[in-house]
Amino acid sequence: MSDVTRIPTSLTQGSQTAGGIGESKLRPDGTLKVTGEFAYSSDLWHEDMVWGHTLRSPYAHAEIVAVDTSAALAQAGVYAVLTYDDLPAAQKNYGLEIADTPALAAGRVRHHGEPVALVAADHPETARRAAAKIRIEWRELPLVTDEESALAPGAPVLHPDRADGHARHVPHPNIVHRQPVVRGDAAAAARRADHIVTGEYEFGMQDQAFLGPESGLAVPAEDGGVDLYVATQWLHADRRQIAPVLGLPEEKVRMTLSGVGGAFGGREDLSMQIHACLLALRTGKPVKMVYDRFESFFGHVHRHPARIRYEHGVTAEGRITHARCRIVLDGGAYASSTPAVVGNAASLSMGPYVVEDVEIEAVGLYTNNPPCGAMRGFGAVQACFAYEAQMDRLAAAVGMDPVAFRQLNAMSQGSRLPTGQQVDSPAPVAEILRRVQARPLPPERQWESAGGAADVRALPGGLSNTTHGEGVVRGVGYAVGIKNVGFSEGFDDFSTARVRLEAVGGEPVVTVHTAAAEVGQGGITVQAQIARTELGVARVVIAPADTRVGSAGSTSASRQTYMTGGAVRNACAAVREQVLALGRRKLGTYHPAWATAELLLEGGKVVTDGGEVLAALADVLDGEPAVDVELPFRHRPTEPFDIETGQGFGHVQYSFAAHRAVVEVDTELGLVKVVELACAQDVGKALNPLSVVGQIQGGTTQGLGVAVMEEIVVDPATGRVRNPSFTDYLIPTILDTPAIPVDVLELADPHAPYGLRGVGEASTLSATPAVLAAIRQATGLALTKAPVRPEHLTGT
Amino acid sequence: MRVTFTVNGREQQADDVWEGESLLYVLRERMGLPGSKNACEQGECGSCTVRLDGVPVCACLVAAGQAEGREVVTVEGLAGDGLSAVQQAFVDAGAVQCGFCTPGLLVAADDLLERCPWPMSPSDADIREGLSGNLCRCTGYEKILDAVRLAAARRGEGA
Repeated sequence: MSDVTRIPTSLTQGSQTAGGIGESKLRPDGTLKVTGEFAYSSDLWHEDMVWGHTLRSPYAHAEIVAVDTSAALAQAGVYAVLTYDDLPAAQKNYGLEIADTPALAAGRVRHHGEPVALVAADHPETARRAAAKIRIEWRELPLVTDEESALAPGAPVLHPDRADGHARHVPHPNIVHRQPVVRGDAAAAARRADHIVTGEYEFGMQDQAFLGPESGLAVPAEDGGVDLYVATQWLHADRRQIAPVLGLPEEKVRMTLSGVGGAFGGREDLSMQIHACLLALRTGKPVKMVYDRFESFFGHVHRHPARIRYEHGVTAEGRITHARCRIVLDGGAYASSTPAVVGNAASLSMGPYVVEDVEIEAVGLYTNNPPCGAMRGFGAVQACFAYEAQMDRLAAAVGMDPVAFRQLNAMSQGSRLPTGQQVDSPAPVAEILRRVQARPLPPERQWESAGGAADVRALPGGLSNTTHGEGVVRGVGYAVGIKNVGFSEGFDDFSTARVRLEAVGGEPVVTVHTAAAEVGQGGITVQAQIARTELGVARVVIAPADTRVGSAGSTSASRQTYMTGGAVRNACAAVREQVLALGRRKLGTYHPAWATAELLLEGGKVVTDGGEVLAALADVLDGEPAVDVELPFRHRPTEPFDIETGQGFGHVQYSFAAHRAVVEVDTELGLVKVVELACAQDVGKALNPLSVVGQIQGGTTQGLGVAVMEEIVVDPATGRVRNPSFTDYLIPTILDTPAIPVDVLELADPHAPYGLRGVGEASTLSATPAVLAAIRQATGLALTKAPVRPEHLTGT
Repeated sequence: MRVTFTVNGREQQADDVWEGESLLYVLRERMGLPGSKNACEQGECGSCTVRLDGVPVCACLVAAGQAEGREVVTVEGLAGDGLSAVQQAFVDAGAVQCGFCTPGLLVAADDLLERCPWPMSPSDADIREGLSGNLCRCTGYEKILDAVRLAAARRGEGA
């Protein structure tokens, strides 16, 4: 079936060969996005399509005693109602790292909002009303809500049948993963400390809150397979999880990326993919599913909330002697990517500082809270929030300036992480701190207009008109963080690109085909820039991402420019070699330089390294079949962390960002206005400076959000989510977000394509602790929890 | 029921509309105009902002029947022969990332600039206030501010 309308189309750009790497080339999809023509996954439409809807559990932990779907099925306009018993294959679970998530609840639910049944109907409202008629008899089960209740003697074991072999390494079956990191002799080093500083911190559950809801269209195919158009971060990983649950071979699940309205990690796990396919295969009709915002809060994993305890020692001169830490991450009901999040939290828990003697333990728990998984910053965010608070306390203990203290202890190229891994590329930690500190501060009383009157819009509380400046105090805070780039711990991380060069209408045209998900970050822009740079061709077509080409891996871990960019470069290099060989065969007799000179492709021509033009590329290609190459790219191998000591070459690359936050606080009402949030980040090489700055500002804003407003609140008594809406889960508006000046450093990483560093995540780490530090400085309060709420500031 | 109203200058009709359907649903699913986005459908995010008789509203909060006989302008109606000034400025300033918030922001920004005729320019505080009903999760808003400033400045060119 091919009569799907509003599906992704190829994007063509380029009339001149300018627009290679290093330039701020504009997005090829920009015009479609500003005219409303861009086909997001919720915009898909098909003749004769029906609507899918999910019935979700109102309980966090309960047994399903009986289900009666007859009333729902009897409703006019309903085509199918499916429950666990209708799953067609022996495989009924899926999961990124551990297949422990049921496609539909199997006799019991483990979290509020778990999918229980599916309905297909002729109108979304018909589907909703039919779902409400499904009668379920429940028996509530005791809740596991935190570390204490998860590990208590006699606690309900949430996954008794877990069979991945890891259980023997953890002290309790409700622990998904545990990663210690032990290096040196912390006890001995502690004796050299002049001060010991301990702290306990709490980090709330953040939501990715991408704007485009989970949605897509599943179209049943004549061969018994299914075509799925969907917004995701990794087409091939989706297919690997979907096909076995449908009972289909992977080649019968054909996937095409549909327009993605943001992701931030929240689309790395499946949401409606399997459900839409099940309904399409059952009804024989195309099925569209679109979550509303309420359902979206249940349809994707969140950032792991954390409880974190640190002990650092410091000498009177300000040198960190040792550290001990324990990080407890709540993974919720299913594993998702919790093991990798735990690995990140443990291995990056010392931050970008030299600490030789450490005892670290990070654990991820199974609970009846909402499942947690990937979100921008992935385990490094929670640790950074806590270790940066510790740095300020340590600096205070020895009477040092917080920035000078950090610079004194900062890692640099050649330093070792607590995992023993040497940092073998530039690590400008002290320098990025210097940059944000050197920036002029925004003017005092910035809310005061020329006549001396207050512009309330620039004050805490804003248009609520809660203060005219009285009771408002200012604070300045700093933070810096370290994030790994790419997939770690020995994962076979690769991306594939197919590049085709041909003459069309007498002009050379490059087509780049990958399965890399463009989620808004600008991956397709840099893919085209790389092709233009490598092949010297103006016209570059970006084909829709789908599973007809090899896997590109996930658009996450700041890896897509590195990995798919690397694959496009590899494929282009092979295309170039083939084209030059073709040119030598075809035209080599006309000029001796074909055989003797180093040849390049520039401006649509074959030129010698001396600049002599040998031929137009179109003439070389004329009458020939397209030159077409598909190649993978791998980053250098990493290795798993030792299960007891955490030692190992676990990460491929690091990314560093620093922030300075300036805040004003209304101490009477506990309201915060972030006045400025300046960032400096090293990106190795900015392939597209405009996009790089956009990524840094976006990440900074998400860090700001969790500092002062963002948190999914789970009722500890019932396990229910209390605020699944944009009314109650607050993300920063343009009024909440300050000026974000950005300083981009480009210190090349010798191991990476073009020397680049993954950009997307690092700024999210340090923004949160910088804002907290500024609020602490303004108020003198200890503030150990993010987000900071008014009651924390007023003591009410 | 049948609903008839003018969209982007053209009279459009939808049949068999259920009384509870929103203007947003009718635009997106019945009239083939998916440009207005469905990010929250609770009037909290502004991604479905359209102008109803010239006034910016969240199309998700307007019952389709309320639009009967009225004039609706969506993001699809902003461009003329080429992109409008504010659309072009969003592209040029890098204010579009995932772009899901963009249609609503464009309609809101278009209204903001209309209320601030050239040669006046909205201040940053005016822009922030004018766009405060539109959530964006990708950009950090800096480049959106840049885009509105750019669009405001460009109105003078050729005027």
